[in-house]
Amino acid sequence: MFTELFDAFDWEEVKQSILSKTEQDVTEALNKDRRNLEDFKALISPAASPYLEQMALISQELTRKRFGKTIQMYIPLYLSNECQNICTYCAFSLDNKIRRKTLSDAEILQEIAVLKKMGYDHVLLVTGEANLTVGVPYLQNAIRLIKPHFTHVSLEVQPLDTNDYQELIKEGLSTVLVYQETYHKENYKLYHPKGKKSNFNYRLETPDRLGKANIHKIGLGTLIGLEDWRTDCFFTALHLDYLEKTYWQTKYSVSFPRLRPIELAGSDETVLKEYNNYMSDRELVQLICAWRLFNTELEISISTREEEHFRNHLIQLGITSISAGSKTNPGGYIVEPESLEQFEISDERSPAEIASMIRAQGYEPVWKDWDKTFGH
Amino acid sequence: MKHLNIAGKEFKSRLFLGTGKFGSPEEMEAAVLASQSELVTVALKRVDLNTQTDTLINYLNHKHINILPNTSGARNAKEAVFAAQLAREALETNWLKLEIHPDPKYLLPDAVETLKATEELAKLGFIILPYIHADPVLCKQLEDAGTAAVMPLGSPIGTNKGLRTQDFLEIIIEQSKVPVVIDAGIGAPSDAAKAMELGADAVLVNTAIASSRNPVEMALAFKLAVEAGRTAFEAQLATTRQHAQASSPLTSFLNF
Repeated sequence: MFTELFDAFDWEEVKQSILSKTEQDVTEALNKDRRNLEDFKALISPAASPYLEQMALISQELTRKRFGKTIQMYIPLYLSNECQNICTYCAFSLDNKIRRKTLSDAEILQEIAVLKKMGYDHVLLVTGEANLTVGVPYLQNAIRLIKPHFTHVSLEVQPLDTNDYQELIKEGLSTVLVYQETYHKENYKLYHPKGKKSNFNYRLETPDRLGKANIHKIGLGTLIGLEDWRTDCFFTALHLDYLEKTYWQTKYSVSFPRLRPIELAGSDETVLKEYNNYMSDRELVQLICAWRLFNTELEISISTREEEHFRNHLIQLGITSISAGSKTNPGGYIVEPESLEQFEISDERSPAEIASMIRAQGYEPVWKDWDKTFGH
Repeated sequence: MKHLNIAGKEFKSRLFLGTGKFGSPEEMEAAVLASQSELVTVALKRVDLNTQTDTLINYLNHKHINILPNTSGARNAKEAVFAAQLAREALETNWLKLEIHPDPKYLLPDAVETLKATEELAKLGFIILPYIHADPVLCKQLEDAGTAAVMPLGSPIGTNKGLRTQDFLEIIIEQSKVPVVIDAGIGAPSDAAKAMELGADAVLVNTAIASSRNPVEMALAFKLAVEAGRTAFEAQLATTRQHAQASSPLTSFLNF
């Protein structure tokens, strides 16, 4: 399990070793064909900042060679906002006293009809963690309803056991995203004080359980804003490196959601809570390029959390998939547009608008890149 | 230039193309047309069989172009056989590029599963072109199993590194009774020409064309290189020599 490897590292030591990387470390990393974890540290370090344009050029070239001039399209479908966890940054948090909603079978079908009309073939199912109402049987049923309409079904829900994943894979599940949120073990408790999610190790070992279940693809990531993003991203890279070697038949993706404003009970407006670790646009670009230079085959996705102008410019820099037209509330597409959303999105353009923005840059939006014959 | 014959079908062009990684279907179509290729491979996973207006296939709707569906994404023989049957039904062809790569990172082919799938698919009447390592023994085994051609890789797929496996390709070309199509890794027209000079029957190119700055011009360059290489092969290249041979110090005594 990854835990054994992880426990040998110390957060502060890692952080210092990243911050102490020099320009020479950076230029050496840039000049290599194959880059290791130390090179990744150099590329995300402040010392690499002056080399951003050079990193972007290499990132673009590597991405085009591996993925071509294509961008994969996906869309989230929120099934429920019920949640038994307290997470200090999330609107679905148990202590946020707002009416909750879980989609019924008929409502799921109504929602997916809208997504199909938009042109989607890859859907990401999202819920909070409420095991009684939205447990494995609910997810099983939901995938059974959805699978005939989408060849690629992904899931972003609470961590499950290996045998649960195996059951869901049988129904047609291809991908599971499970973000550690932060690899800072002590502070993880502060952000997740209550509920099953407060068990750090159970979450940390989720990708292992997914690998054992022989899932097609695993998505990793941390929330940007909670702790030092460089250190968190190093641990994500360490995790990825371990997983690629251990579960070599599985594909991997990363993403790095920056925290967004959320709606709290008793407030008319959404609130951007104070976070300690702000990340600039420039740093996010540096991170994307560093990931690409570290791992040529890795899928990198960008959601509607990011703003229009910024997303337009990311298309050619190393990302491989993008969402558009997203709603982050259950029923958001047609059933109940006003229900509680997980966070406020930044880019409100429709899928068709995003697709033409991609085409205008000489890239092809790809809606279907998987087949029902594969992976389960 | 002699025509190529695979499973009884004649091809004027010895350049096969992949259809992935292009910036738009229009660009892909233009490159395919410029290459004058008559066989292009399409990933089943990219084809939307539910809609009649699948963009990829529509852009390949030209009389001289034959579609070669591939099983990219299959991790074992079972998935590949299932995908092959779907492709045959949907695209109305029993031609198949068999790709089985359990490793999604480097997309390297699985010899054991590929042989297994070839045996099964041959019985089901498919014309199989399997993507494999440059493994001469595997090529003979695939022949015995009923493959229509073999497609050994020149170097890891998508790397544009050229013919890193040349020594093994030469053995395969020497021994093979079925056409040898060099598949992955061909990065420049000179690589394609070299492959043809070695006696390969055809080459398949994708990344080198699709990810170049000008895919249409590059497709044309590959067409010319393949023709040049093949013509040179048919004309029989003069053998290269390590030393100039002005005199024969060891045997000249025989002349006296």
